[in-house]
Amino acid sequence: MTTNKQKGWKEIPKGGLILEAGNSEKYETGSWRSLRPVRDEKKCTNCLICWVYCPDSSIIVKDGKIKEIDYDHCKGCGICAAECPVNAITMVDESEFRNEKTEKGGKK
Amino acid sequence: MSKNTVAITGNDAAAYAIKQINPDVMAAYPITPQTALVQKFSEYVADGLVKTEFVTVESEHSAMSACVGAAAAGGRVMTATAANGLALMFEIVYIAASSKLPIVMPVVNRALSGPINIHCDHSDSMAARDSGWIQLYSENAQEAYDNTIQAIRIAENMKVRLPVMVMFDGFITSHGIEMVDFLDDEVVQNFVGDYQPNNPLLDPEKPLTYGPLDLYDYYFEHKRQQAEDIKNSKPIILDVAREFEKISGRPYGLFESYQLEDAETAIVALSSTAGTAKEVVDEMRAKGKRVGLLKPRVFRPFPYQEIAKALSHLKAVAILDRSDSFGAFGGPLFTEIRSAMMEFGKIPENIDIIYGLGGRDINEQDIEGVYNQLDAIAKSGKVKERIQYLGVRE
Repeated sequence: MTTNKQKGWKEIPKGGLILEAGNSEKYETGSWRSLRPVRDEKKCTNCLICWVYCPDSSIIVKDGKIKEIDYDHCKGCGICAAECPVNAITMVDESEFRNEKTEKGGKK
Repeated sequence: MSKNTVAITGNDAAAYAIKQINPDVMAAYPITPQTALVQKFSEYVADGLVKTEFVTVESEHSAMSACVGAAAAGGRVMTATAANGLALMFEIVYIAASSKLPIVMPVVNRALSGPINIHCDHSDSMAARDSGWIQLYSENAQEAYDNTIQAIRIAENMKVRLPVMVMFDGFITSHGIEMVDFLDDEVVQNFVGDYQPNNPLLDPEKPLTYGPLDLYDYYFEHKRQQAEDIKNSKPIILDVAREFEKISGRPYGLFESYQLEDAETAIVALSSTAGTAKEVVDEMRAKGKRVGLLKPRVFRPFPYQEIAKALSHLKAVAILDRSDSFGAFGGPLFTEIRSAMMEFGKIPENIDIIYGLGGRDINEQDIEGVYNQLDAIAKSGKVKERIQYLGVRE
């Protein structure tokens, strides 16, 4: 989809170059997700194995504990759920969240 | 004849231009009929006459990949190829143009396989006409030398920043020995100047990315930029030609008109065939025939307005194509020019002559026959056969 917010051909760097380092964070790949990882805080032991395995750095950790899952970038691959040793993460169909806003306003 | 006039092959003339340009990187793989060019240049490298990093690669795909990497890193980069070599590097040829990397590459025109053939036609570079590269065609060794030097300035102009192919005819020009007037090393060095990198990868103060994924949301905008940039290269090509004339005394334009202004009929032909046609024009003019020639030099960007205007006064024109576009309505040069002529009210009668595939000779009698046919068309106003194959056995 193209939107009016996107820049025209005269406004963007030539040759497809990205002139700004680290700007892939602005690309919200969370919209690709069809299954959402949902963490059960009661079961979670904060072993951080999901943080190690997540290929999109979407497990947000603060002070040695899982703070949240970054749904703006999580693509829903399910590796965290598969690796969790205590089955604290469940993959839930995104349609279940159709009428709900995510914590960070991430796309569904 | 100046002190710098030498008898030399087209390949050696192009290699000498590259020596004088002294690029940072040359990555090339040998392929007939370009082999002698790269071999000669590798001698200059081995003898320490250039500072160039010569990268010996295992294929043309790697040659162009190395060129893209080196140019993105921030170097002045060259290579050379022909025919199947160009076909093998095709994927990266497009990437070089779309990444706006000013690589300069002589292409020694040779027939594409198959069946396998090593002799001249233009099927290789014509296949690359939509790749986004600027294309310059050279009639002889002198023009191969001159165009290679000018190509550096065109490619590297900050308003252009596009790669340039410099074509000359395989064996006919690449291996034939001709008189070539070389410029002095300092003159060429001053003309090309120091390389000015644009967005070099090897700048730790300014990290950036070349070649990211570019999907439906921005790819089209980048293609639109390419269309504009190559269109805008036309005045730059003419500026560079004017400057080059000052140092060489040799004028260049978008195309060359030969006895065209008062001609009734004319031929359009690229590269070495134009040289043969000039002889025929001279002979026929001596007999009072008003015949002329137009030799395109710049095929991309195609100077459609200028060429159409230059042909508009003719009664009939034959466009000679040294490559076919199978299933199309004529060869690549014909389809471009016939379409361009629609820009003007009066369209001369026109035919397409596909000739010389796989190195089949075209001689003066062949060309005289084309002019005679044009004369008949001009008188009768009738074209029996629009697309013709000249010199093929029935």
